[in-house]
Amino acid sequence: MTTTAVRATARESAGIMPGAWRIGLLRGALEIKQFFRLREQVVFTFSFPVVFLFLFASIFRDRVGHTGVTASQLYVPAMMASGIMSTSFQSLGISIAVERDEKVLRRLRGTPMPPAAYFLGKIWLVLFTAVLETAILLAVGTAFYGVHLPSDAGRWLDFGWIFVLGLTGCALLGIAISSVPRSAKSASSVVVLPFLVIQFISGVYISVDTIPGWMLDIGALFPLKWLCQGLRGVFLPDSAKVLEQAGSWEFGRIALVLAAWCVGGSALCLLTFRWKNRRDG
Amino acid sequence: MLGGMTAHANELAVDVRGLRKRYGGVSAVDGLDLGIRRGEVFGLLGPNGAGKSTTVEILQGNRSRDGGEVSVLGADPATGTRAWRSRVGIVWQDESAPVELTVGETVRHFARYYPQPRDPREVIRLVGLEAKADSRVKALSGGQRRRLDVALGVIGDPELLLLDEPTTGFDPAARRQFWDLIRLLADDGTTILLTTHYLEEAEALADRLAVVARGRVVAEGTPAELRRRYGGEATVTWTEPDGSPRAEHTAAPTRTVAALMHRFDGEIPALTVTRPTLEDVYLRLTGQEAVR
Repeated sequence: MTTTAVRATARESAGIMPGAWRIGLLRGALEIKQFFRLREQVVFTFSFPVVFLFLFASIFRDRVGHTGVTASQLYVPAMMASGIMSTSFQSLGISIAVERDEKVLRRLRGTPMPPAAYFLGKIWLVLFTAVLETAILLAVGTAFYGVHLPSDAGRWLDFGWIFVLGLTGCALLGIAISSVPRSAKSASSVVVLPFLVIQFISGVYISVDTIPGWMLDIGALFPLKWLCQGLRGVFLPDSAKVLEQAGSWEFGRIALVLAAWCVGGSALCLLTFRWKNRRDG
Repeated sequence: MLGGMTAHANELAVDVRGLRKRYGGVSAVDGLDLGIRRGEVFGLLGPNGAGKSTTVEILQGNRSRDGGEVSVLGADPATGTRAWRSRVGIVWQDESAPVELTVGETVRHFARYYPQPRDPREVIRLVGLEAKADSRVKALSGGQRRRLDVALGVIGDPELLLLDEPTTGFDPAARRQFWDLIRLLADDGTTILLTTHYLEEAEALADRLAVVARGRVVAEGTPAELRRRYGGEATVTWTEPDGSPRAEHTAAPTRTVAALMHRFDGEIPALTVTRPTLEDVYLRLTGQEAVR
């Protein structure tokens, strides 16, 4: 009993809790390590948009009207946006649902890990994979499909904020949808269907000037449409503006909508996030 | 100073009064009381569905309660802080370690969550996984994964360890090994609460037991006390010279044997004196006698 008392007393005098930021970094490193150990997942995540880019950009390669761009060029920013959403929305939506169902989340909740560290870890993973994915698509796009990297710093700055805001919005939407599937088994179907639909109505597979207005209006409620539009604005010549619904790139509105998604998405996640699945109460 | 320390040592590690929890219209825990002293191994024993797991989950801070007072290491688990969580170790019924990492990576990573963790290498040795330290978690057997779960439960050097049916699904050899591990932790001064529906397990490990049935504690004490208090009479059996077996239930078996010695000159044929086992006591207390 004496030793117990000494232990307990000693415990309370010391004990500095490791900070959320530092644990978040550790979790990020761990998430990335786990991600790259699942070789199939790595191959499919990174090759999916590249394969689609190859297919679409090779099938549709004609000049588009008087825009001065080819259909192939249009598909490069579209697939970049799709890749950003798949590494954030799709991967988080599925992986968090699986971790919840397999009680990984409950186990973490039983430790003194600060909840923020879990999300920081996911952010590092998403940032890492999205940067890699975007770089691959950009390399393929410039090498084979006639996309030119912008030469002025202003465009790169635009690219920076569009990438960060778009990625954050999609990631938050992914965290939110992870609470919808009832089990790990249903997670991918629950996440993939809305992702596919959103891609169609946001101008990923089909050019925005072909999609019916009402569909595009629904697409405009989600971040992907604005991410696509922003990336077109960055990587296509200004002559291609005529294809847009508004006839311009609307950078101001893109910033507004994506920022709203970051704020609204955070609120949605805070309200709906659960550490246990429904069966566990 | 000394007085303060003594007070601390005397304070209950777990103090539960009138705990209630309902699921839908059904009471899972119905007025449960529990007092666990610091440094003891306490067994919560009961059949499936008796409310053991619900109780432990409430103590972990992983489930809300509908009524009653709960204090775990001096705090209410429902509002447990990070500092509080760092003093409580949890081993769940189902394993949940990330499968793509190695044992060493997992234990070292979890150590980083705690202010004063144990040495990961020492913990891996303690649970007997040193030969598997570089294996991926998915390559471990069921028993090895449970031991990894224990490693993750104790890596933070907890004052209180909550184990929910830790050996369910173990083969007998693995169970014995696991018991040794629990004794090691107990000798180290860790307060341990374990739930089990295995009687031998409770008897082998627990300093004190509470038998739970229908969401309440129906008996509490050391294994020997329970046997004495609720075991009732002993049974004396022997064989008569004509070959017919006899049995007598009595509170004073010595007197029966003395009488028999008087009747039989020398050996009493096939004499046995049996005290009720803890199993008999347990079955009586949980109302499962009819099952036998």
